Order: sequence, then C-alpha cells, then structure tokens
Amino acid sequence: MADIQDYNSTPKYETFSYLPAMGPEKMRRQIAYLVSQGWNPGIEHVEPERASKYYWYMWKLPMFGEQSVDTVIAELEACHRAHPDHHVRLIGYDNYSQSQGSSFVVFRGR
Amino acid sequence: MAVKKYEAGVKDYRQTYWAPEYVPLDSDILACFKITPQPGVDREEAAAAVAAESSTGTWTTVWTDLLTDMDYYKGRAYRIEDVPGDDTCFYAFVAYPIDLFEEGSVVNVFTSLVGNVFGFKAVRALRLEDVRFPLAYVKTCNGPPHGIQVERDKMNKYGRPMLGCTIKPKLGLSAKNYGRAVYECLRGGLDFTKDDENVNSQPFMRWRDRFLFVADAIHTAEAETGERKGHYLNVTAPSPEEMYERAEFAKELNMPIIMHDFLTGGFCANTGLARWCRKNGILLHIHRAMHAVVDRNPHHGIHFRVLAKALRLSGGDHLHTGTVVGKLEGDRGATQGWVDLLRESFVPEDRSRGIFFDQDWGSMPGVFAVASGGIHVWHMPALLAIFGDDAVFQFGGGTLGHPWGNAAGAAANRVALEACVEARNEGRDLEREGKDVLTNAAKDSPELKIALETWKEIKFEFDTVDKLDVVNR
Repeated sequence: MADIQDYNSTPKYETFSYLPAMGPEKMRRQIAYLVSQGWNPGIEHVEPERASKYYWYMWKLPMFGEQSVDTVIAELEACHRAHPDHHVRLIGYDNYSQSQGSSFVVFRGR
Repeated sequence: MAVKKYEAGVKDYRQTYWAPEYVPLDSDILACFKITPQPGVDREEAAAAVAAESSTGTWTTVWTDLLTDMDYYKGRAYRIEDVPGDDTCFYAFVAYPIDLFEEGSVVNVFTSLVGNVFGFKAVRALRLEDVRFPLAYVKTCNGPPHGIQVERDKMNKYGRPMLGCTIKPKLGLSAKNYGRAVYECLRGGLDFTKDDENVNSQPFMRWRDRFLFVADAIHTAEAETGERKGHYLNVTAPSPEEMYERAEFAKELNMPIIMHDFLTGGFCANTGLARWCRKNGILLHIHRAMHAVVDRNPHHGIHFRVLAKALRLSGGDHLHTGTVVGKLEGDRGATQGWVDLLRESFVPEDRSRGIFFDQDWGSMPGVFAVASGGIHVWHMPALLAIFGDDAVFQFGGGTLGHPWGNAAGAAANRVALEACVEARNEGRDLEREGKDVLTNAAKDSPELKIALETWKEIKFEFDTVDKLDVVNR
C-alpha cells in the first residue's frame, strides 16, 4: 500500500481547472484561439462559494466583435482588480451554435 | 393518358421498377444498396427486384394493382454503379416516394427498406449502405430530446469533450459497491459514469437500489467538486411499461441523464423514450448493442451510418460511434463520416468517407459521438484530433484500472484531456506532439504520471474487416 497515493477531491470549476493556473503567455494564446474561432468574448465573476451556479455576475457586456487580445486581457484584469477574491472567467459566445464555444476561469478566487 | 389492362402472370421486375431516366425528387427517400446477385440474374433485374420488394411489388401481377396509381407509389431503381475493387456485387440506387412511409416513423421506414427484401432469393446478399432522408421527412421526426448545445448548457461543459467511464466489472456488483465506484470516478474529475449495457435489473442488483445509491454518489461528488455530474442510468427493460417506470424514478431522483439500448430495445421503444425525455428534461444516452451483428459484414446487412441516421431521427443525445484507435472495429474515414452525420446540420456526399448522399438535417439537434472501448490516456491526443470537442470519451479500464484507484484514474484522464485541449488551442499538432504534451502535463500530476507508466505498451493493431470500397482493383 505504501506506493499508493491518496486522492483528495477539491472544488473545481470546469474546463482547465485540473491544470495549474495559467501564466500570462498561456492565457494570451487561449484568448487568441477564442477570438480566431469568431466567438465573442464575455467576462463573468463570482464569489468562490457560489461558483457552482449557472449564472455568475456579468462584467459589463460581452465584447461583441472584439479582435484584440490586449483589450480582452485589460478587461479581465480590470474585473480582477475590482473583485480580487472572485473567480473571473472568460466565455466565448458562439452565436451560430447559440451556446458557448468555450468558458474557463482565468483568475482563481480565494 | 395511357390505358392499362390487366394481364395475369409474372413479368420481369425491370419492366416496372427499373427507371434509369428517373430524376429523384427532393422529397424522395433515396437508398443505396450493395447487391450481390444470384448467378444468372443481371444487374438491372436484381436492382429492380430490390426496388419492387422494398416498396409496392410482389412476385406476380395482381388485379388490384390497377385500382391505384402505381406510377406514383412504386419505388424505382434509377442508377447502378460498380463497387470499386469488388466485382461480385454492385451499388443500386432506389428512390421511394415519401408517401410510402408513415410520418415520424423510423420503424415504418425500416420495415420497408430492410424488410422481406433481405431474404429475397434473387439476391445472394444485400446491404443497405446509405439512406437519404428528405428534409420533409426529417421534420416529421422528434429527433434528439435535447441535442449537443442544450446538453452543454445543462451540464455546464464548454470548449472540450466530456469524459465518461463504464463501471466494471460489468455484472455482479451490489448496488452499494457499484455506487462507490461511481462516486470515486466522479469526484476524481469525470463528467459521467455509465451503466454497462448488460446492467438492467438482475438478481445481484435490482434497478431501484442501483438508482438510489448512484443518485447519492452523484450528489456527493457534485457538492465536493462544484461541477455538474451524471450517470447514464440504464432504463432498458423487458417491456415499455417497466422502461417508463424506471425513467420516472430517475426523474424523481433529479438525475440529469438516462440510457437506452436502441437496437435490442427497438425503435418503437426508443422513439417513445426520446419523446418522454424531451418532455421531462432528461438527457438520453444511447448504446448500440447488436449493431455489429447487422453492420459488420461488408456484403450483407445494414451499414452503421444508416443505423446512426435512424437513431438521430428516432432520438438520442449521445450515440456510441467506435473509437478508431481502441479495441473495437472502425475505419477512420468511415467513422468520421457517421460522426458528421450525427452532429452536423448538413453533410455533403463524400465517397471517401462512405457518404453516398447529401443529407440535410435542417434544425434537428445534433448527437454527441461517444468513443468507448479499450482506450486510455495515451489515446487522448488522437481522440481529440479525430473527434474534436462534441464527443464523450469513455475510459472504462482506463479509469478503473489505475494503480491508485478510480479517483486517481479519473483525475489522470481529466488532466490529460485538458492538456490536450490547451495544446490544440495553442495550435500544436496533437498527433505529432501528443507524447510531449502528455509527459509535460504529468509533471504537475502524479496521477497522470503513473497512468502513463501503466498503459504505455498497450496497442490494438488488428486490421478492420469492413473497409470502405474506394480503390479500384
């Protein structure tokens, strides 16, 4: 038994939450992918204890047609500064599938 | 108007049912059969015979033929083609007027197209290769209860394939021990677990006990991880009444998804259950036991792409499609062909993937492709490259066989999946750089590291029996 490790489950928040937190370069590449798919970036945030709800607080409005990765990062950082203890996630709204092409937490709350 | 008189006797089928000048209507149901005729039967006669026997015809002329407009109702063989690389058989294309079939009834379409004609003496073997369902017919069918997008919204899973696991041993566990295995998988990071198709309501584990313990496992895992989880509760039953009773109980327990075996259960039961699922807001996972009995022989039976189309019409939110890379049969091009037929709204004819007709699904929701059978973490890069995001990858042994148990096995799979998705989004070539992506991800995941060491050497390299006929000899 000595070579078996115990597994502890901890709170997670869907896509990419099983990987280490993304550094700025990785985050930039994921945002570039989202934009290149023709998806509209949108930002949401929430207190970690409410994270399992469908609806988080919407930060401003989705950035329809936004192509600049820098602009998206600036808004993510602004949201994070305003709510440093919250999870902040980035959504790629896909208006053809009428769903979300992607959604992942960029800043992990406390 | 031409006058017809009654003449008793047997006419060649070709006089009535071979119509090479016919231009199919947009509303016709079109079928492509691969016909292996008996010696001495020529191609046109065999094709006409198949068209006749699968529509209005019988072996002899009858006077009551003249009481109706046979030219309106009859099926027509309108084209014949060589099968590349095989001169024992040929393709025959048959057009059926839409009014031959009851609206919204896969049952009725199959009863005609793959009914008596398959036992017909003039053909030695017969295979239904593809069917074009006109949009006018598609719109009469209920289709998937929810479809891909609604399932993503309900389950809150975006930008990646989902992960599942069939609980093993497939038979013999008690309900409480079974629930333990489910709980361990889900808390470790899987989105779904699954009843094996053989699990119905046996003496060792009655369905009600299983449903209760599994519900507890799901609710506990959801509370611990904060993620939405499900277990495909198999409601396949001896009779429709028992099937609905089980479905109702799953709903009472607030379960998000149930499961049905569409071929052994039958299209009538499947269509009814799919309607129930739409009405009650429950997702429907579809297993395909018995498919290889009818779809594996290259000369006789029904091709899987036809069964997949039939399921999309009858209704299901998930369907098993094969893995290409795992332990079960499946050619890559052909598999991608029927995966498109499940998921896309329009699929063009593409012989290199075995698709004989354009297929327009209109607004009918798409079905998640389920890749299951003999796969493990090393297959993850190839699976993502082949299937893309709208799929469920199911690792049975590849989760439960982890040296540290189910939760660690589940975590290893989840880390591997997310690392592959991240790498793909960064523009990396998964099939070339897969090993690098996985070994790099394992640096932060001891569970993945052990999984990679455990399964490194396993390969399944048998040739497929049923290959696409695309190369001329």
